[in-house]
Amino acid sequence: MTTMNKHNGTAAPKATSPRVQAPGWDYAPAPETVKVNITERYGHFIGGKFVEPSKGGKYFQTINPATEEELAEIAQGSAADVDAAVKAARKALPLWAALPATERAKYIFRIARRMQERARELAIIETLDSGKPIKESRDVDVPLAAAHFFYHAGWADKLAFAFPGRTPRPVGVCGQIIPWNFPLLMAAWKIAPALACGNTVVLKPAETTPLTALVLAEIMQEIDLPPGVVNIVTGDGATGAAMVGHAGIDKIAFTGSTEVGKKIASSIAKSGGAGAKPKRLTLELGGKSANIIFEDASIDQAVEGIIAGIYFNQGEVCCAGSRLFVQESILDVVTKKLAHRLRSVRTGDPMDKNTDVGAVNSKAQLDRIEHYLKIGADEGAIMHCPTPTPTGGSTGSSKSSPTSGFAKGFFCRPCFFTGVQPSQTIAREEIFGPVLSVLSFRTPEEAITRANNSPYGLAAGVWTDKGSKIFEIARQLKAGVVWLNTYNKFDPASPFGGFKESGFGREGGVQGLRAYVEV
Amino acid sequence: MAAERAASFTKRSIKTSAKLSGLRLAMSMLDLTTLEGKDSVEKVRGLCQKAVRPDASDPTVPSVAAICVYPSMVKPVRDELARLGAAGVVKIASVATGFPSGQFPLELRLQDVQQAVAAGADEIDMVINRGAFLAGRYDEVAEEIRQVKVACGTAHLKVILETGELETLDNVRRASDLAIRAMADVGHVHEHGADFIKTSTGKVQPAATMPVTLVMLEAIRDWYLETGKKIGMKPAGGIRSAKQSLHYLVMVKETLGDEWLTPELFRFGASTLCNDIVRQLHWLSTGKYTAGYDVSEA
Repeated sequence: MTTMNKHNGTAAPKATSPRVQAPGWDYAPAPETVKVNITERYGHFIGGKFVEPSKGGKYFQTINPATEEELAEIAQGSAADVDAAVKAARKALPLWAALPATERAKYIFRIARRMQERARELAIIETLDSGKPIKESRDVDVPLAAAHFFYHAGWADKLAFAFPGRTPRPVGVCGQIIPWNFPLLMAAWKIAPALACGNTVVLKPAETTPLTALVLAEIMQEIDLPPGVVNIVTGDGATGAAMVGHAGIDKIAFTGSTEVGKKIASSIAKSGGAGAKPKRLTLELGGKSANIIFEDASIDQAVEGIIAGIYFNQGEVCCAGSRLFVQESILDVVTKKLAHRLRSVRTGDPMDKNTDVGAVNSKAQLDRIEHYLKIGADEGAIMHCPTPTPTGGSTGSSKSSPTSGFAKGFFCRPCFFTGVQPSQTIAREEIFGPVLSVLSFRTPEEAITRANNSPYGLAAGVWTDKGSKIFEIARQLKAGVVWLNTYNKFDPASPFGGFKESGFGREGGVQGLRAYVEV
Repeated sequence: MAAERAASFTKRSIKTSAKLSGLRLAMSMLDLTTLEGKDSVEKVRGLCQKAVRPDASDPTVPSVAAICVYPSMVKPVRDELARLGAAGVVKIASVATGFPSGQFPLELRLQDVQQAVAAGADEIDMVINRGAFLAGRYDEVAEEIRQVKVACGTAHLKVILETGELETLDNVRRASDLAIRAMADVGHVHEHGADFIKTSTGKVQPAATMPVTLVMLEAIRDWYLETGKKIGMKPAGGIRSAKQSLHYLVMVKETLGDEWLTPELFRFGASTLCNDIVRQLHWLSTGKYTAGYDVSEA
């Protein structure tokens, strides 16, 4: 192996051959391998106990959308189950509301700490049940959910400062119906402020993603939360309708589609019977949010903002920046850079730590996305899907379908349409998938007009390095959240909610408390 | 947001086979460096041996890309590499142009380059005129780079921006674009291998950071998308651990693509990194962490 040196006789190390290997380097699979305990069958969580559904109760499956395999059987909540939960919440209300606020805060702090202790388990179960990448459930969903409890625990004994000169009192029993896109985080958004303000809760998680809410129920047991303060009833839309129609519920908080939100609002408007106090209602619904990029923006950063805006959580985000408005002079460069950037976005196994885009939550949602992909093409927009195929290094051509090439599970690669006109369906309707519509504008006025030309008004993004412009544009956008030179940033202290058909009421911050107190 | 994006690369999980191939790749991209006033011929000879065979116990570990020294040490490096039979396998990089400050008349800086090339340097690491850059005399900075590039002849050029003195990412981007264009003005004289932009001398803090490197990689990417020409990148200073080197490889892969994952287009300017890679490779093969004294010093 070694050659003898002529001069001094010492062995000289032999040089290895020049590098002949082709450039390149691939990531090995990096699956999250920790095993979690998921029970075969879950009942409802009522009065501090897991209970079987009332007689004749049915169960349905919750599956892993990445593998289509069953994870557990879940109870289908009937009107009787909802009634039992509401009664438990009503029974718990007087003691919980009368508890010294500092004591309520202690319970909420305990929930937050226990969530942190069980963070890895929660992240894994969230990913198994929802299809979102483990990277996001680990780094976003679970930490933010715990942060929501920490934040609201702090408010519990300071409500008098939140509403100066008034005496904030609990609303009562709160019925909370949450979606499948951020199952644990939405549960936290709903439960934390309700408890801090002295209310009791009946929560219904989405039928496709009930598991982390049920782990949260275990946490409520572990921290000795008084029975009935938080009740969780699982089930589908019928269970939700039973909650909306239940006379014992004082307030409904709903996050979900605009379609269902309208039905709930209509139902509650009609139900105000004689003498009965009308139910209070907050709605956080759909969106078709505008992300506006001016020519004086830092373009590379804006491209990151586009990615964060539309491809975060497979685009299954109500505030997703699904309408991209690019100033005409930079349309070409932004499109090219976006296509280039998408080559490094990894779609696939949600449990792999290097996956950026996981599985779409359900077959129904994938069908909906495919429906819009077809409409987009039919109406003349041009599809771009430059992400690597899941099987390896080759680059998907712009002609291959974003949803093809997956052996099992519900997947859609990140993609975008160019040549989109404001009147086209994909520029107006919420797709709720990793599908971006790219539009252009010439003047700031046109950008504002086009951005506001939507029945929705949940969020918006503005990208420019010019300070005066950014505030002027933000001021004119009709959206509940406007992100400036960033997108999809969340914090418990920052209120979230919409304009127009994106709903009403705010969650988070001091504003979010208002929905959970009588003053 | 550049910092946020840079941080996202550190979240990639690089394990098992990816870690092994990544560490070997990083080793092959190393510009093993000594740039001290007290450098001796003996130290440089030792460095050459380390460069050729970084792990004495494992001949399959690739040689580093280059030895990086002051001009006065180019000849000793050349002699020692020849003695080891590694001439041309491990390249000789020499800092020049009045490194690290560059505070000398241009003719002296050019002479510095010419002498290093004459002594046998394959690659020249120059410093830009930060005084002129920060004063806004961009044409002067560009013209000096062009003259240095001409003085390099067939030697490859690496332009050190000294980003720690430029301070802002806007400046880093402007200096990157300026250096790339100035080199392109003179033209690519090499069939293989590119000219480089480089973050730092290692003599100023902060040296290489991930956000700064990201901005420079973006400049390289944009030039490539515009012209189809490839420029190399060399972060230098502060990359000490094997894990950091993998973070940088992830950043290169996801910003420029796999084509840049070659020593022809990406280098690490480092010294401590070498042995940390060796120790990590030991851990991968044996499951045990070796002590610092178990591996030979560079």
